[in-house]
Amino acid sequence: MNQLLIDYTLHLADNSLILGQRNSEWCGHGPVLEQDIAITNISLDLIGQARNFYQYAATLINNQSAAKVSPVGEDLEGAATEDSLAYLRKENEFKNCLLVELPKGDWAQTILRQFFFSQYQYLLFQQLQDSKNEQIAAIAEKSLKEITYHLRWSSEWVIRLGDGTEESHERMLKAIDGLWKYTGELFEASSYELGVAGNGTGIDVSKLKEPWINKVTEIFSEATLSIPGEVSIQTGGKEGNHTKNLGNILTELQYMQRTYPGCEW
Amino acid sequence: MTIHTINKEAIYFYLEEINDPEVPVLSIIDLGIVRDIKMSNDELEVIITPTYTGCPAMDMISATIKIQLATLGFKKIKITQALSPAWTTEWMSEEGKRKLKEYGIAPPNPKQQVCDQKLFAAAEAVQCPHCDSYHTHRISEFGSTACKALYQCDDCKEPFDYFKCH
Repeated sequence: MNQLLIDYTLHLADNSLILGQRNSEWCGHGPVLEQDIAITNISLDLIGQARNFYQYAATLINNQSAAKVSPVGEDLEGAATEDSLAYLRKENEFKNCLLVELPKGDWAQTILRQFFFSQYQYLLFQQLQDSKNEQIAAIAEKSLKEITYHLRWSSEWVIRLGDGTEESHERMLKAIDGLWKYTGELFEASSYELGVAGNGTGIDVSKLKEPWINKVTEIFSEATLSIPGEVSIQTGGKEGNHTKNLGNILTELQYMQRTYPGCEW
Repeated sequence: MTIHTINKEAIYFYLEEINDPEVPVLSIIDLGIVRDIKMSNDELEVIITPTYTGCPAMDMISATIKIQLATLGFKKIKITQALSPAWTTEWMSEEGKRKLKEYGIAPPNPKQQVCDQKLFAAAEAVQCPHCDSYHTHRISEFGSTACKALYQCDDCKEPFDYFKCH
């Protein structure tokens, strides 16, 4: 039972870390200074969420096992820490959904992905506030205040770009085309999500799909955009089967710790 | 000095001297970051809460608290981070708000003014910390740190930081 909770906590942490890392690529490259600051502030919030989840996961792992090899990562030796979980796990040990690892693309793609994800997190964390697991509930309650900002900001930008110029509208259409097939995975429960939903720690993510679609439809209609029909969805990230993009991110993210193990500054 | 010869109020008094590294005019007490102090036989536990989830100042604040209390003679000091209840600007002291304004940062408005802002809602009325005018507009919802937004005064034309209501 504890392994399910560890996997679930890592899944939540990985989602936030990877999207935070992706968004941080805009640092110094945003379309205007204010939006550069906005997207990097959002990165900071996401990495903060990840830290909270990793710290909790590390506690769970250390309580569970005195074994030499950690149950969650081959390269982890000794006690797990928030840093070892972020810097020393391999690609197939990450449990984030595919949506968050995709390249940042242009501003339209970054905005649309943030909107999809923030809307998902908003619905998910609202419910996790009432989780029977006190720490998950506390992290959700805390994060939700910031997610509310992320959602408002990204919703406004979807409308601004969708209902903007011919070019911005075109770019949004392209972003929808590229990202939509990755949204289905958010609502397809993995084995550990089902496990923690069963004991009141997590929730049944499939139930979030309808309210999510409704909110996206509402914002899209203001943005003069429409949601695509049925498409075959891409899944696997939650179980460790990733696109090549995750490898690229981890190469950069983990470079220092892989090259100079234990390095500090 | 032993724990038995010092009371909680005195500890708060000493913690009052520790400032937030990003908003150095505010002490951690003004900000409402210190939630509780627990004293047991030989251990002093300080319970703190982050302002924002990703606030990078928390590690430094924890370290500074430890150093400050160690110089007072405490040997076993434990810093615990509590996330719930989530920090809110309602916990900022009146003294803190006064100091912020004097420093040139508009203090947070009371909470009820900004709950559930609608999309593209007009920015809340924020008073310019320099000339007290309410003719101001928001330049960016996100500012130089997670807790601030950027505003500009339409009367004196000065840009200024607003400590967001949270």
